Amino acid sequence: MVKRIGMEVSIAAAEAVKQANVDVISAYPITPQTHIVEHLSELVANGEMDAEFFCVESEHSALSVCVGSEATGARSFTCTSAQGLALMSEITYIASGLRLPIVMIIANRTLSAPLSIWNDHSDAMSIRDCGWIQFFVENGQEVYDHVFISYRLAEDREVLLPVIINMDGFTLSHVIEPFELIEQEKIDQFLPPYQPLYRLHPDRPITMGAFALPAIFAETKKAQEVAIQSSMPKILEVLKAFGDMTGRYYRPIETYKTEDADTLLVTMGSFGETASVAVDKLRDEGRSVGLMKIRLWRPFPFEDLKKVALKAKNLVVIDRAISVGMGGPVASEVKAALYGYDVRPSVYNFVAGISGRDVAPSDFIKMVDKAEIEIEEGNREGYELYGVRE
Amino acid sequence: MIEIRFHGRGGQGAVTSAELLALAAIGEGKYAQAFPSFGPERRGAPVVAFCRIDDERIRIRANIYEPDIVVVLDASLLTIVNVAAGLKPNGLVVTTSKDSPEKVREILGIKNRIAAVDAVKIAREILGVPITNTTMLGSLVRASGVVQRESFVHPIKERFGRIADKNISAFERAYHDTALLQ
Repeated sequence: MVKRIGMEVSIAAAEAVKQANVDVISAYPITPQTHIVEHLSELVANGEMDAEFFCVESEHSALSVCVGSEATGARSFTCTSAQGLALMSEITYIASGLRLPIVMIIANRTLSAPLSIWNDHSDAMSIRDCGWIQFFVENGQEVYDHVFISYRLAEDREVLLPVIINMDGFTLSHVIEPFELIEQEKIDQFLPPYQPLYRLHPDRPITMGAFALPAIFAETKKAQEVAIQSSMPKILEVLKAFGDMTGRYYRPIETYKTEDADTLLVTMGSFGETASVAVDKLRDEGRSVGLMKIRLWRPFPFEDLKKVALKAKNLVVIDRAISVGMGGPVASEVKAALYGYDVRPSVYNFVAGISGRDVAPSDFIKMVDKAEIEIEEGNREGYELYGVRE
Repeated sequence: MIEIRFHGRGGQGAVTSAELLALAAIGEGKYAQAFPSFGPERRGAPVVAFCRIDDERIRIRANIYEPDIVVVLDASLLTIVNVAAGLKPNGLVVTTSKDSPEKVREILGIKNRIAAVDAVKIAREILGVPITNTTMLGSLVRASGVVQRESFVHPIKERFGRIADKNISAFERAYHDTALLQ
């Protein structure tokens, strides 16, 4: 059995970046991402990691450096949170449009205003459509594991897309917990050196990111859309290969006690683990409740989600962000997935835990109770902010 | 699962205590989790940190509302913060105090088990500063046996380097000096 090592999740994330043999790191510190970049800069400064660490004056520049370095064929990494992500958002579209397999960790944090350093998914949702493959992970081990998964996937010649690993700020980033680390030899086998299809080189000049007239832009976007849509088999293949190596098999949609469940909680990110405790308690009371956890946010796993969701009567979707004026963005996707079916579950949507408000197992139980009552009374597509004082 | 809540003031090491406890437990092959009450650190302000220890993988990611054990790193908090809030009926309070455990029980107005040690005095004498994190861990281990004494040696050495030995001495001294009221 592998020995478990205790460490902070942010430190484990940085150690994974080191083990992934990243060549270039460029980042600007922002809470709660700070410990990751601090540790990486120490590793580089101490000579424990053979990489260039670019100190920049903003997140916009941080990702711009990664775009440049990745274009030369250097494996590149950045990470940020909230306002930092907002500032780099312009470049997120450029990285994916140029098909540069950068990997970024977002320690998810609330976007201002009001100013808040705590966790929710409003930052991730602000760049939802940026064209990166986007994961949400549940615990520290998954953060560590997804660094290797993400580079292997991003750099696959049939994919060539940047990847975001969303990890809840503080709720994951600042927690000490046990890790099963992977031997370097195994990682080197799983993740061989990056072999770019094209690279910027002074001896062989090429143009990347050229001006596109209307006559060609749509075709370029179509190619990008086809690339991310058809990355699904590769995603499954890489997750399977990682599982074969470690015994930890991940899926785009994770399920917990969903078989025969009338009501399913639907979560994304670190809510999943706490919600599973609530499911156990409800099952002990004889309630028919299960849990569906969305790991892969883009490309959205419609087919996998439908397979699970269509068997249930009620879905209780817990969002950790608001699309102001519309409700929860995850619920919106879930409803879209079910639109084509005459017989489909009711979808009751809560927005909970925004700006880091604590959500305990008892809160998930209250949400299930409330949703079941509302649906019973005919409110089949309700939406509310959970626990707000009025 | 054992749930432990630490109360201290910013700078005294409540977060470090929780972290060292989790690392010691993980070193024993257990599962553990430690985290601060998230937010900007403010020196001197009341702070809270949490630690969970279990033989099974820990899935819950929320604050601790009904602790099995409360550890108090600053005696002034006994009267200004409800440190015993939600404490389980058979729960334990481990605190620094110049007073006896009987007196602490009276101050808190509870019936729970109490362990008391003058951690500030020990820390001042051995470490030269009133930072009571490792000292209070010695008291916690004596009162609860939640992890083995030896399990702290490695995490304390990793964390404190040059001053690790002094911290281990403070830990040991508190272990011996702790008064326990059942």
